[in-house]
Amino acid sequence: MNARPSFLLDGDEVPFEPGQTVMQAALAAGRYIPHLCYHPEFTPHGSCKLCTARINGRLMAACTTPAETATEVASETEELNDLRRTLVQMLFAEGNHFCPSCEKSGNCVLQALGYDLGVMTAGFRHFFPDRPVDATHPEILLDFNRCILCELCVRAAREVDGKHVFSLAGRGLGKHLIVNAESGRLADTDVKVTDKAVEVCPVGVILRKRVGFATPIGARRYDKSPISAQALADAPRPLERNRE
Amino acid sequence: MRRARWSATVSDVARRKLKVATTSLAGCFGCHMSLLDIDERLFPLLERIEFDRSPLTDIKHCGPCDIGIIEGGICNAENVHVLREFRANCKILVAMGACAVTGGLPAQRNHLDLGLCLQEVYLTDPGVAHGMIPNDPELPLPLDKVHPLHEVVKVDYFIPGCPPSGDAIWKFLTDLIEGRTPKLGHGLIHYD
Repeated sequence: MNARPSFLLDGDEVPFEPGQTVMQAALAAGRYIPHLCYHPEFTPHGSCKLCTARINGRLMAACTTPAETATEVASETEELNDLRRTLVQMLFAEGNHFCPSCEKSGNCVLQALGYDLGVMTAGFRHFFPDRPVDATHPEILLDFNRCILCELCVRAAREVDGKHVFSLAGRGLGKHLIVNAESGRLADTDVKVTDKAVEVCPVGVILRKRVGFATPIGARRYDKSPISAQALADAPRPLERNRE
Repeated sequence: MRRARWSATVSDVARRKLKVATTSLAGCFGCHMSLLDIDERLFPLLERIEFDRSPLTDIKHCGPCDIGIIEGGICNAENVHVLREFRANCKILVAMGACAVTGGLPAQRNHLDLGLCLQEVYLTDPGVAHGMIPNDPELPLPLDKVHPLHEVVKVDYFIPGCPPSGDAIWKFLTDLIEGRTPKLGHGLIHYD
């Protein structure tokens, strides 16, 4: 019987199934690569660049690079974690991420990544942009101040909900989240509070109203264990299932 | 000979208490309250440090110090002067708390026009200032925008949190005093 194909991740062999990306294989094998816009349930987007690894010496996004044999991947290095910290810092400086008043605090992926990577300051000059909120929907609040343009809501609406509610508009610094309604208001879209797109927001942009502090600060997802541990606990393990 | 002299110097430094100055700029003193939350650990801390300028000593100006700890961001002209005095006198400058690190709550006015803010508070809304924007020359002029410390001077270390817990401040200070790179880790690093 042939050995299962594998690649090297930080010097250790990681098996994979043909068609898997480096990220999928790593998570399935219990190896964490920091990531933000990647979500196991949706098509990889490759835009946040947090999962950037040295793959055969080149910087590549682990979530979009197919796993191949005879590949050497370096991820847990000081060089890459420094770059990841800088990416997180830029996201914090670009939006209005005021954690002390955010009801997502403790459940926020961006914040948890900052904690896990040891980001102590945004470092850069804060933009303090003016981004009014959209509270028109009776059950959902849209707070654009915290948007990191990960497109998870766009992908979830399209791939799971079968709707076109959210999109990114504009380019570069002007890029921003919009909703699919002539009025530009969330209330005039066909979004439902039960939609996957509402649930999936990793930061505090798309929020269900009236449940913000149902789980108190201190008893939330990333209060219990760091995101690196949670990502592994949540990772789909197709290899293990096949073995049974 | 040289070796003996060197070790004498090291023990001198180890014996000498570190001078620490603290202040609150555009903050709420919550971080200073959190510093007091280290409770009885204040006693071992005071064996290693002595306070220069601080709300705890009421000394008004900062002399030469080893460590300066600043709570709050920069919202007016006086804040800038105090911050520069700290930077000029402290070998190590620490931004303590969300306001010092990010601008925090006071910076939530940054997307608004300062003039309109003052007008809203003192002229439009019912208040106690007899319908005028305070203009006493003793009052420091507010800045157009609120800034985190690192946008004005070089900051050596940051302790995020609103406020950082007493345990986080204790971990940071003991690491720094013992000569380790301060590291908070899971449960102690918080932005909220």
